[in-house]
Amino acid sequence: MMDVARRQRTLFDKVWDAHVVTRREDGAELLFIDRHLVHEGSFHAFNKLKERRAQVRRPDLTIGVADHYVPTRTRVLSEIAPEIAGMIRQLDDNCRANDIRLFGFDDPRQGIVHVIGPEQGLTLPGLTMVCGDSHTSTHGAFGALAFGIGASEVAHVLLTQCLWQKRPKQMRITIDGALASGITAKDVALAIIARIGADGARGHAIEYAGTAIDALSMEGRLTLCNLAIESGARCGMIAPDETTFAYVTGRPFAPKGDLLDRAIANWRELATDAEAAFDREIRLNGQEIAPTVTWGISPEDALPISAAVPDPAIFDDPAQASHVREALDYMGLQAGQALDSIKIDRVFIGSCTNSRIEDLRAAAAILAGRTARVPGLVSPGSHLVKQQAEQEGLDQIFRGAGLDWVGSGCSMCVGMNGDLVPAGERCASTTNRNFKGRQGQGARTHLMSPAMVAAAAVTGQLTDVRNFLRGDR
Amino acid sequence: MRPFDIITTTACALPLASIDTDQLIPARFMKRSRADGYGQYLLHDMRFDETGQARPDFPLNAASAAGAEVLVTRRNFGAGSSREAAVYALVDFGFRCVIAPSFGDIFASNAVNNGLLPATVSEADAEEILSLLPSTGAAITIDLRDGLIRLGNRTFSFSVDPIWRTKLLNGWDDLDLTVSLADGITGFEARDAHQRPWAALGTRRA
Ligand code: SF4
Repeated sequence: MMDVARRQRTLFDKVWDAHVVTRREDGAELLFIDRHLVHEGSFHAFNKLKERRAQVRRPDLTIGVADHYVPTRTRVLSEIAPEIAGMIRQLDDNCRANDIRLFGFDDPRQGIVHVIGPEQGLTLPGLTMVCGDSHTSTHGAFGALAFGIGASEVAHVLLTQCLWQKRPKQMRITIDGALASGITAKDVALAIIARIGADGARGHAIEYAGTAIDALSMEGRLTLCNLAIESGARCGMIAPDETTFAYVTGRPFAPKGDLLDRAIANWRELATDAEAAFDREIRLNGQEIAPTVTWGISPEDALPISAAVPDPAIFDDPAQASHVREALDYMGLQAGQALDSIKIDRVFIGSCTNSRIEDLRAAAAILAGRTARVPGLVSPGSHLVKQQAEQEGLDQIFRGAGLDWVGSGCSMCVGMNGDLVPAGERCASTTNRNFKGRQGQGARTHLMSPAMVAAAAVTGQLTDVRNFLRGDR
Repeated sequence: MRPFDIITTTACALPLASIDTDQLIPARFMKRSRADGYGQYLLHDMRFDETGQARPDFPLNAASAAGAEVLVTRRNFGAGSSREAAVYALVDFGFRCVIAPSFGDIFASNAVNNGLLPATVSEADAEEILSLLPSTGAAITIDLRDGLIRLGNRTFSFSVDPIWRTKLLNGWDDLDLTVSLADGITGFEARDAHQRPWAALGTRRA
C-alpha cells in the first residue's frame, strides 16, 4: 500500500485515476465523462439513441454547440441551402428532445465548440471531456483530459456518461527557452509535428512542459493542445497554473466563491510529480523555433519560412519520396522553390486553432494601415470574440485592409457551411489541416500563424513575419 | 456486430501514405443519411474526376477491387478528423480489414466499433504485401485468432490491441455491457459529486 501512496504520477495519471468507474478483465477502464460536447455532426449518435429508444443519462453534462455548418454571412437560416440549415435544425431538435443545453445558431454566445468551452468556463482543469471531433484535445490546455471520439462512442457517452478506454502511453514534450519575437504557439506546434511526424505521438497522451510553455497565454496553450491531434496524439495536456486559474475565474459556468477556492486547491495538486516517468521524452529549444509554414498535404510537411520546398530525389525511403512527389503534385510546387516565393490567392483567419482574441490582435497588428493583395476571410471563433474584437476596432483594420469580416463558425477550416477555397487556389490559413481537399475540392492549403497569414495577405506570397516586425514594408 | 474470425478474400492495394479521413469521405457528403450506404463516397475525390467519371487508374476502380474485403495501404491511415463516416464508407464499400503500418487512433477505435479490423504490420511487411498483390491477384487470408496474414506462400504477422481483438472476435458492442453496469456508475456519480462538487453543471433549465 505504501507503494501506491508514494507512486509518482503524471498530470494525466491523476486526472485519469479520478475518473475510473471500473476496470475490466482485459484491462480496459470505464471512465466517467464530465463534459460531453455535441455538434451538428453528432446526428448519427442521436439516431442510435432513437433506435434503442434510450434516454440521455446526463443531459446536464451534455452541451450542444452549432458550429460546423453555421453560415458566416447571414444570421437568417432561411437564406442558406436547405440541407445545411437542416443540419443546424436537427441539432436543435435533438437537444430540445433530450433536454440538452444548447449554444445554437441564434445564441449570442454561439461559436466554435473548442472556443466557447473555455470561454464559458465549461472547460476546467482536471475534467474529462469528449466530443465527436478530433480537436477536442484543445481543452487539455487547462489540464483537462480531453479527446475526440467517433459516433459509436458519442452514442455510448450519451447513454452511459462513460467510455471504455485503454490507458495510452505517455510522452512529455519539454520546450525550454524563450520564444523569439514573432514566434507563436502555432510555430511551436508545427515545429513539433515536423520533428516527430503526423503519427509521431500515436497511442500517447502528450504533456507539454518547460519554460516556453509556462510563458504561454491561455490562448497560446489552446492552440498548442489543439494541434496535439495533428501529431497523432490521443490528447495533449498542460498542467494548470496561475495563468489557468486567472482565466477560469469569473467565467459564466466556472465555480465561484468558496467552491472556486476549493477547486483551485485541488487543481494545484494535479501537476506531474517530480519523479514521475514518461514512456518518451522529447526536448526542443524554444529559442531555435522559427516562423513555420506547411508546404505539403500533411501537417508534418512543415518547415521554417526561410527553407525551400524539398526535393523527392533526396529521400532514400521510397514511401517518403512518393509522399513528397504526391504533395508537390497536388500543391503545384517545384522542388527547391523558396518557400517565401510562393504566391497565394487568398487567406483565411479562423478555426478552433487560431480564432481567439489574441490571434485576431496578432493578425491585426500586421495589417493595421496596410492593404491585403489577396481576398480573404476573417471568422472569429465565437460571437463574443467577435464583439470584443469590434470593441477594440480590429474589424475596422481587417475591413480596411480589404478582408471580409464574417460571423463565427468552423467556416473555411472544413467548408461544410459552403465557405470554400476554389479548386486550384492557394490559401494561407490559420487552420489545422492541409489535407487534400480539406478547404474544398482541389484547394491548396498552407498552415501558419495568424501573424504569418496577415503578412502573406499584405505581400501576396508566403512571407517571414519578422520582416514586418523589423519595421520594413 | 458481425464477429471477425478468419476471412479468405481478395485485397486491394493502395500504396499511399497518410490517407486521412477527409479523403476517405469528403466533408460535403457527411450530411447524407447512412440509409443509402456510404460506400459510394469512399475516397470519392481520388476515385472520380471533376466530371464524376471514375478514374481508370485508381486501384479501387479496377475490376479486381470489386469484392475485395481487404485494403492494404501505407502508414498513418485514417489520420485526422474523428468522422466515423470514414469507417462507414469503408464498411459499406465491402471492406472488413485494412492492413497498414499505422493508423490514426480515433479511426482505429471507430473501425473496431464497426467490426472493421485495423491490422498493423511492419513497414517492411506492408511494402512486401503491396509489391506481391498485383502479381499474385490471389486470395489473402486474415486470421485474427493467430494474428496472421497469408498471401501465396508467404505468411506475415500483424498486431491489434488485445482488447480490440476480443471485441472483434466476439462481435461485441460495449454498450450492452456498460448499461448493465448502471449501478456502478450511479455509485461513482454519488461519490464524485461529494469529492468534486465544482465539476457539476446545473440543468439546462436551472
Ligand atoms: S474549426 Fe475546423 S478543426 Fe475546429 S472544430 Fe471546426 S471543423 Fe473541426
